[in-house]
Amino acid sequence: MSKSTRQAFGESLAQWGEKKKSIVVLDADLAKSTKSEIFAKKYPERFYEMGISEMNMIGAAAGLAFTGKLPFLCSFGCFLTGRYDTIRLSVAYSGANVRLVGTHAGVGIGDDGHSQMGLEDISLMRALPTMGVFQPMDARETELVMDYLCEKWTGPAYLRLTRQNLPALFPMTEKVGAKWEPTKITKLKDATSGKKKVVVFASGAGTAEAAKAAELVESTGASFALYNVHCLKPFDDAGTIAAVKGADLVLTVEDHSVIGGLGSCVAETLAGLDHHPKLVKIGVQDKFGESGEPDELYDLHGISAKKIAETTKKLLG
Amino acid sequence: MQSSRELAVLAQEFRIPIIEMLTEAKSGHPGGSLSMIDLLTALWFGEMKGVDSAKSLDADRDHFILSKGHGVPALYAILAKKGFIEEKELMTLRKTGSRLQGHPDRVRLPIVEASTGSLGQGLSVAQGMAMGLKLDGKKGRVFCVLGDGEIQEGQVWEAALSAPKFGLSNLCAILDANGGQIDGPVSEVMPLEPLKQKWESFGWKVVEIDGHNMDAILGAYAEFRKHHDSGAKQPFFILARTVKGKGVSFMENQIGWHGVVPKPEERDRAIGEIKTKLAEMKGGK
Repeated sequence: MSKSTRQAFGESLAQWGEKKKSIVVLDADLAKSTKSEIFAKKYPERFYEMGISEMNMIGAAAGLAFTGKLPFLCSFGCFLTGRYDTIRLSVAYSGANVRLVGTHAGVGIGDDGHSQMGLEDISLMRALPTMGVFQPMDARETELVMDYLCEKWTGPAYLRLTRQNLPALFPMTEKVGAKWEPTKITKLKDATSGKKKVVVFASGAGTAEAAKAAELVESTGASFALYNVHCLKPFDDAGTIAAVKGADLVLTVEDHSVIGGLGSCVAETLAGLDHHPKLVKIGVQDKFGESGEPDELYDLHGISAKKIAETTKKLLG
Repeated sequence: MQSSRELAVLAQEFRIPIIEMLTEAKSGHPGGSLSMIDLLTALWFGEMKGVDSAKSLDADRDHFILSKGHGVPALYAILAKKGFIEEKELMTLRKTGSRLQGHPDRVRLPIVEASTGSLGQGLSVAQGMAMGLKLDGKKGRVFCVLGDGEIQEGQVWEAALSAPKFGLSNLCAILDANGGQIDGPVSEVMPLEPLKQKWESFGWKVVEIDGHNMDAILGAYAEFRKHHDSGAKQPFFILARTVKGKGVSFMENQIGWHGVVPKPEERDRAIGEIKTKLAEMKGGK
């Protein structure tokens, strides 16, 4: 079943509101879009409509955290992380137990265009000490990440979510017998032996494209070993290094800037090895977004399954 | 509770460690520390509840956030007197490994309730704390001191807009309006007046006082207390007119002393002046 990760988040948040009374939710006039309205309707006394004032919302969330609350503050990823200095000092430096939720990730939002697309949000949040960064690939994984963020994680964390629906990919983990862990990469598919092994790391909406690309590539002389990365910080260095063993090529796929995003995470890890396979980072290549149909934009930026498969073919000659 | 006169003496005494620690640190902000020490002394020793010493913090206590983080030496002097830090620790200000960071740090020193220093953020955090306390039905109130130059930051006005919406009568903002900032007088760098009308128009209950008159300061805090107890819905704002560098003649109203510290001979002169005044205050009338 296809569902957006923001919708899965909104539903999970409302459920957690029942279980955990310390949860409070803040939104900056985007509750309908971020899906925090599901919680707002159920628990109006614990929901704060902050108006179009993201900086104040971030600071207020920190203050609420200091009184023992677990605040979720929601907006579009670009608007939220754009108020960087407030997140840096009032939240991250202060070790505030706050959940920053940025929806409308990437060029996948389509026609609203450049100003609404979170394209550097992961880079910004990763750079902050104490900040965890999470990006689920589908609805089921969003629930699991939410469980972790509500039950276990302490300190600030950023959760990046999509506007668009994403296919249910979680059954792939069961198919390969992979165990899901909150801060580890998750295997979705093994490479077919005897073929050129392409190890692919993907995150968020990028994972669905990579999974489709894996099917397209399978008819060639190459095969994908596919890993989903829902936790970009702390980054699973050991899992990543183990995964690239025997790879002829490594790809990263993300609907985000390749500067500071998943591509950078993997590059930083591989750079610590004496030898490592070639890495090609698929994602938004140091560009701003623009308006258009999501599918066309994915083609334009080389993130679509078709383009990923073409790139793979070119790279392997 | 200490009398107004005792509190005035105490505030004057705090001017000594402020000057001493800044001289030892060789950097920091004397002007804005001295301008608010009377306000802070009255607050910590005459008004705030449940913060008598490090041992007696209670769940219903009042809270304090220093939004103008650069004035933190004034707060450290108070925290040393209260026993939250040791007197001798004051001389570690700004030194490697010290809890006494150049700007407030709630992780290293938790009694400092918000990490500040990038201006304009503290009032939002204070507001969030007031929201949390209100949600839990706690009696504690939140005091937040801002600088006048600081409120040129847009975030302050976002907080100014929203605190009345949430009916935060447990929130008291105190503006240390000393009229100076790094590049010159506030009135020239970026004029703020009419301050009283601005905050009133945003929905705050505003009182304007001389921020060095102890009776007036205590009177404003008492008014806030009554306001809060009366079930009022508005947040409270104390517009305190102060003098930058107050208490040291050669620093008073001198913009140059915003972020420049005294040399040892200047320290001695300053402390000499402070002590002379102190003797007058203790001995006199």
